[in-house]
Amino acid sequence: MAVITYRDALNQALREELKRDPDVFLMGEEVAEYNGAYKVSRGMLEEFGPMRVVDTPIAELGFAGLGVGAAMVGLRPVIEMMTWNFALLAIDQIVNAAAKVRYMSGGQVGCPIVFRGPGGAALQLGAQHSQSFESWYAHVPGLKVVMPGTPADAKGLLKSAIRDDNPVVFIEGEMLYNTKGEVPDGEYTTPLGVAEIKRPGADVTLVCHAKTVTVALKAAEQLAGEGVDAEVVDLRTIRPLDTETVLSSVARTHRCVVVEEGWPFAGIGAQLVDTVQREIFDELDAPILRVTADDVPMPYNKLLERAAKADVPKVVSAVKQVLYLEASA
Amino acid sequence: MAGTATKPARDRGVDPATAERLRTWLRQMLLIRHFEEKAGEAYSLGKIGGFCHLYIGQEALAVGTLSALRADDYVVSAYREHGQALARGMSPRAVMAELYGKATGCSRGKGGSMHLFDASLNFLGGHGIVGGQIPLGTGFAFAAKYRGTDQVSLCYFGEAAVNIGAFHESLNIAGLWKLPVIYVIENNGYGMGTAVSRSSAITDLYERAASYNMPGVVVDGQDVEKVKAATDAAVDRARRESAPTLMEIRTYRYVGHSMSDAAHGTYRTKEEVEEYRQRDPITVLERRMREAGLLDDAAMKALDAEVLAEVEDAVKFAEESPDPAPDELWTDVYAPERADAGENA
Repeated sequence: MAVITYRDALNQALREELKRDPDVFLMGEEVAEYNGAYKVSRGMLEEFGPMRVVDTPIAELGFAGLGVGAAMVGLRPVIEMMTWNFALLAIDQIVNAAAKVRYMSGGQVGCPIVFRGPGGAALQLGAQHSQSFESWYAHVPGLKVVMPGTPADAKGLLKSAIRDDNPVVFIEGEMLYNTKGEVPDGEYTTPLGVAEIKRPGADVTLVCHAKTVTVALKAAEQLAGEGVDAEVVDLRTIRPLDTETVLSSVARTHRCVVVEEGWPFAGIGAQLVDTVQREIFDELDAPILRVTADDVPMPYNKLLERAAKADVPKVVSAVKQVLYLEASA
Repeated sequence: MAGTATKPARDRGVDPATAERLRTWLRQMLLIRHFEEKAGEAYSLGKIGGFCHLYIGQEALAVGTLSALRADDYVVSAYREHGQALARGMSPRAVMAELYGKATGCSRGKGGSMHLFDASLNFLGGHGIVGGQIPLGTGFAFAAKYRGTDQVSLCYFGEAAVNIGAFHESLNIAGLWKLPVIYVIENNGYGMGTAVSRSSAITDLYERAASYNMPGVVVDGQDVEKVKAATDAAVDRARRESAPTLMEIRTYRYVGHSMSDAAHGTYRTKEEVEEYRQRDPITVLERRMREAGLLDDAAMKALDAEVLAEVEDAVKFAEESPDPAPDELWTDVYAPERADAGENA
């Protein structure tokens, strides 16, 4: 297996899918001549030409909707959002058109489209560029929401998302593009809607996705040094949610901490807590705790920003609380 | 008007093909008129729910534009689209049943008045967010160009939609990339109760085309022949040169914005509505056909009765059709699993 970056894994997925299916094209701001704002599409214009790797004006609503229209008549667009912060301008097309057209046409018209780009906070980009919107999209029936946390998943999940017949919101980790990992050689896909146990453990279940997979794994490593054996469950897909993997893990460990980059109110963790308490209430030996971003717009100042983010110490502390090794905060 | 003898068409210089076309248009316009009147009645009786936006007064626009299209061209519209659905050839039964929310409706009762679809006719909705369908229509045109077909996309929206971002973003892209799309502003003078002069910095809306490097044309929407001729030119440009056009077609609705508001009294006067009724698109065509000897009282009466019977049949069909089965609630949210799902996730 080759070790490559998350960015290159996405690049491979795009190239392979454009090669595989002439109906697949990539469209967005700076994807072609500039090679992508985050260089995910590097070299693709040269390989596939301007009809299939398409630079757009700064018009998120316009080109997102254009993609939806193209998908309604059978093409399979991949629409790059330079970041998901900017996709707020396109959310009408994602929610009111892409997610609805199959249902309101009585099943006649589908919408096989992928909206992809980076989400989550990076470093000191301030309030408007440091946001996590997965719970917004996951709220909407008709959409799938996918968030890879490793290079191997990034590649396998993007390939599946492109082949899926539904609109898929594919949120990449802005801080993950340079991370490296083993990626299987040759053709493979990773199924949507299937979580993965990234680290087995017996004492507590850490549920995470995207960038917080790294956070949870680091926390688990630190906890191992202190005699706590944490299991790390990477959701990989937020909708449809693989509740089975989460529930069977928690049923074994009896304790659970949910870690996410987004805000706490109505977040992904809130949904998970609802599911776990309803389905396996008797298995729980402690209330489920959540580690999220603080409930504030992201500050610019480096120290304040660090304080606002979900991080390893917060996860370690939460785990100790559900194990009653530490008093609750 | 009574008692005019009908001479054979050829005696008046109208060729049989033209005569046939005019008769088809008259029939389609009458169908829309009667259909909408019946829909209004059914709504008042509580048989049609939700929002219901009638097309009465605008019939020549739908009929004239759609008669310029080929069967494989794409059509998308806003929520005042019953007229276009019928003019595209959707059956009055399927459309009426959809308004009734029945399983036999064109969207199987899941769309309603604002979301009429018929994929077999490339009639791709019925969209309920003002201007939301403009990027979609642009996308159909992009797909045609991408695939190298000569299909065109016809995209309707009301005049109030020209002030929304989706209009500007779409037309800029279509002008920039030379997409085969015809944007049709259905200018009926009012966005709900707001007159054009109160919503747009310029009131000759076709002039906006200049910003997007495409031709802009203004058309009398109460004259079906003029609508057809102007659309022919735009379709030809789209099909042969892959170039977009902005058409502003001026028309008028006699009824309120939807079934829940009055035809006049607040934002416009009764006199204004009456004045526009003098240029009723059906009357305009009917008069022309009578003058050309293509229609007399008996023929008009027969046509009217035939169309009315078709609409009554549609109402009966809708009344008698079943509601969707309860488990239809859960279908069509996501695509069915494919046989190759193992490989394709």
